[in-house]
Amino acid sequence: MASSGAACFDRAIDTALALLAWLVALLVVGTIGWIVADLLRQGLPRLSWAFLVELPIDAGRSGGIRPILISTLLILGVCLAVSVPIGLATALFLAEFQRGHRGFGPLVRYSLDTLAGVPSIVFGLFGNAFFSITLGLGFSILSGGLTLACMVLPLLIRSMETALRAVPAEHRLAAAALGLPQRVSLLHIVLPAAAPGLAVGLILGIGRALAETAALLFTSGYVDRLPGSLLDSGRALSVHIFDLAMNVPGGASQAAATALVLVALVLLINGFTGWAAQRWLGSLSSAAL
Amino acid sequence: MTDPDLCLEACDLSVRYGGRPAVSGVGLQARRGRILAIVGPSGCGKSTVLACFNRLHDLNPACDLRGSIRLDGQEILRSGLDVLALRRRVGLIVQRPNPLPLSIGRNLTFPLRHHGMGRRADRQDAARQAMQRVGLWEEVKDRLGRPASELSGGQQQRLCLARALVLEPEVLLLDEPCSALDPLASAVVEELVASLRGSVTILIVTHNLAQARRLADDVAVFWNRDGVGYLEEQGSADAVFAAPRSPITAAYLAGARG
Amino acid sequence: MLKPSSSFHRHPDRPLLWTLRLLSAVAALIVALILLFVLREAWPALHQLGPLRFLHDPGWHPAAGGADAQYGLLPMLAGTLLSSGGAVLLAAPLGLGSALFATSYGPPRLGGLHRQLLQVLGGIPSVVVGFWGLVVLTPLIRQWHPPGQSLLAGILCLTVMILPTTALLSEQAVREVPAESLQAAAALGLSRRATLEGVVLPVARGGLLSAVILASGRALGETMAVLMVAGNVIQVPAAVFDPVRTLTANIALELGYALDLHRAVLFVGGLVLMGVVAVVMALAASLQRSPGHG
Repeated sequence: MASSGAACFDRAIDTALALLAWLVALLVVGTIGWIVADLLRQGLPRLSWAFLVELPIDAGRSGGIRPILISTLLILGVCLAVSVPIGLATALFLAEFQRGHRGFGPLVRYSLDTLAGVPSIVFGLFGNAFFSITLGLGFSILSGGLTLACMVLPLLIRSMETALRAVPAEHRLAAAALGLPQRVSLLHIVLPAAAPGLAVGLILGIGRALAETAALLFTSGYVDRLPGSLLDSGRALSVHIFDLAMNVPGGASQAAATALVLVALVLLINGFTGWAAQRWLGSLSSAAL
Repeated sequence: MTDPDLCLEACDLSVRYGGRPAVSGVGLQARRGRILAIVGPSGCGKSTVLACFNRLHDLNPACDLRGSIRLDGQEILRSGLDVLALRRRVGLIVQRPNPLPLSIGRNLTFPLRHHGMGRRADRQDAARQAMQRVGLWEEVKDRLGRPASELSGGQQQRLCLARALVLEPEVLLLDEPCSALDPLASAVVEELVASLRGSVTILIVTHNLAQARRLADDVAVFWNRDGVGYLEEQGSADAVFAAPRSPITAAYLAGARG
Repeated sequence: MLKPSSSFHRHPDRPLLWTLRLLSAVAALIVALILLFVLREAWPALHQLGPLRFLHDPGWHPAAGGADAQYGLLPMLAGTLLSSGGAVLLAAPLGLGSALFATSYGPPRLGGLHRQLLQVLGGIPSVVVGFWGLVVLTPLIRQWHPPGQSLLAGILCLTVMILPTTALLSEQAVREVPAESLQAAAALGLSRRATLEGVVLPVARGGLLSAVILASGRALGETMAVLMVAGNVIQVPAAVFDPVRTLTANIALELGYALDLHRAVLFVGGLVLMGVVAVVMALAASLQRSPGHG
């Protein structure tokens, strides 16, 4: 009798858990559907080719987002121009020259882990104090891009190091046994073999940089004019959404349209990353056989 | 005085990994143009010793070499030695074929270029000759631009052999070069090794005693005591196989142990 | 012909190694630079006011000037902790439920789709979640209980932000349970619930806990999603329908016009934030090192 009672209890709990699991799944789907449907409902009517290429009018209440797109690309460009060389060099250093558990390498790794945990608004504080004021760059695309570069660096390095470590050790050994210097083996053997994984890391970094707002508020600024140089202030897509939603009465539908552009960009990039990682990592492992 | 016949000589060679001894007190001689087979059970440090001769252990900071190795009378374990040049003179073939992730042709021309052969035509000539030498040319001449990973295991191993030969090494280290191949491909590679007798000094590690009998001019038998490898006996192949001095060697060669 | 070997450089890789080392040092120095500059900017406030005033001042009137100025950060700290805490309380069980759906209770074919949807949700920028919260969520809450912009709205938006983290990491933790253990449980004829209780949860506990901690680190540092929906009134909230201001929102709202001591106090807020996040991350790290997980 007792055992059948326990079995009954088991079954009840099991059903409850199953119910909970399904509920959560539906909730996730519902939330995503809700957000996307709402953005589409509000933003899609405003979305057109003209929206992408026209200048904003009346603080963004009408017109398009051309200068915002251009500023976003410029900020991204500065961010990548700085973070990719530093990131790749650090990833190479950590993956190829650091085998021990003491010394400089672990220090670099620890420092990067800490950097990864810094909240984005603190990057904004730092960028404002260091790039905008101390270095005298002001509210500019350069300040914003440099701040973002600091922010995406840990992500970039982590994924690039993983890509380099995925290159089979026997390639390095073969090159060494042929008497090739390490720089030759890195440049001509390891880097080409790791290229797909490095690209995935790069794309992850781009996605993260595009989505960021808080770090840009006080570094690249709010100005929605077409930037004339890297020292001009430029408004990123994310900042545009924030400004339209919070500070411009009647800007909601334009904000939704901009949000659609941003979400489409980010999802496209993330989707491509996933697809590319699967495809290239798959071919990589079959090539190793 | 150094014996002009002596190509490679290790004296009191010891290897430690992270402080733990792997091989100790090895004294080994390889004579010019002859084939020295290194045999013994698994885990007695044969491959470890082999990789000392082109200082591949430099890549592993946890590895510590003691003793002396002389190539043509020159000490090669001293610091400050041009290791890259040494590795050009002493080629290495490992158990699993390890073509570089490049095309078939570039696997040979790429190392040549970085060892200072400036003219493209020279490199292509040298590559063709090396591939002819290992009997690969006819099989691959129409697809030199294809990835080397597309070749069969036996072809890959011959490509690796050609890649080592194209650098005109004085010594060739072969670490069980046939053990990952099927019997046919294995026979082809073995013939190739035999054909190099006289032109290159060869050290070959093998588990296959029959192969050692067929190939070797000299034999070194390794053994291990408490997990540390050492050299039990060495001599000419005829002498060691016919009348081993050590009872361990005798038992091993008779198939009783190992 | 091959050149004689003596023409080689002795150490051809040295310049490369030093270049890489130099750039790695730059990467490693960024975090120190951040700490240095935030400290430097915060220093006037720490020096002139002393750390206790940030706790004891009853209000936040940083621009009042002179003796009237008040610098109490406590309401903002409360806002940060309450909104993150609430979001974690919601997201942790949801994350576990989602992991169970993807691994055992849901149909296997839906599990992959579910994971992809979570990744999509994780890819939505926080400013977009904040925007959605502002135009959709807060009006709904207002109908229920004004004013709408509230701690509750902040908690819900934060939950949306961190749910992908908790769900995906929890699923990973549950999947790390060895197949042999599951087989053994099945061989004993244990029910799904008993397997869950006796095998899965004990093994995955460490991973689940670190998923929650990592997610709370994200929630504490999040700016946009709370800034846009939580109302930003400086008070310790009495109910979930009261508006609150978090440390992050406080910085984002005031840095644009803050001067002198006011600006310095905002940087103190940044320091406090870094401190709270660092404690949480250290907790996660010690958990990952401890036996029982990994």
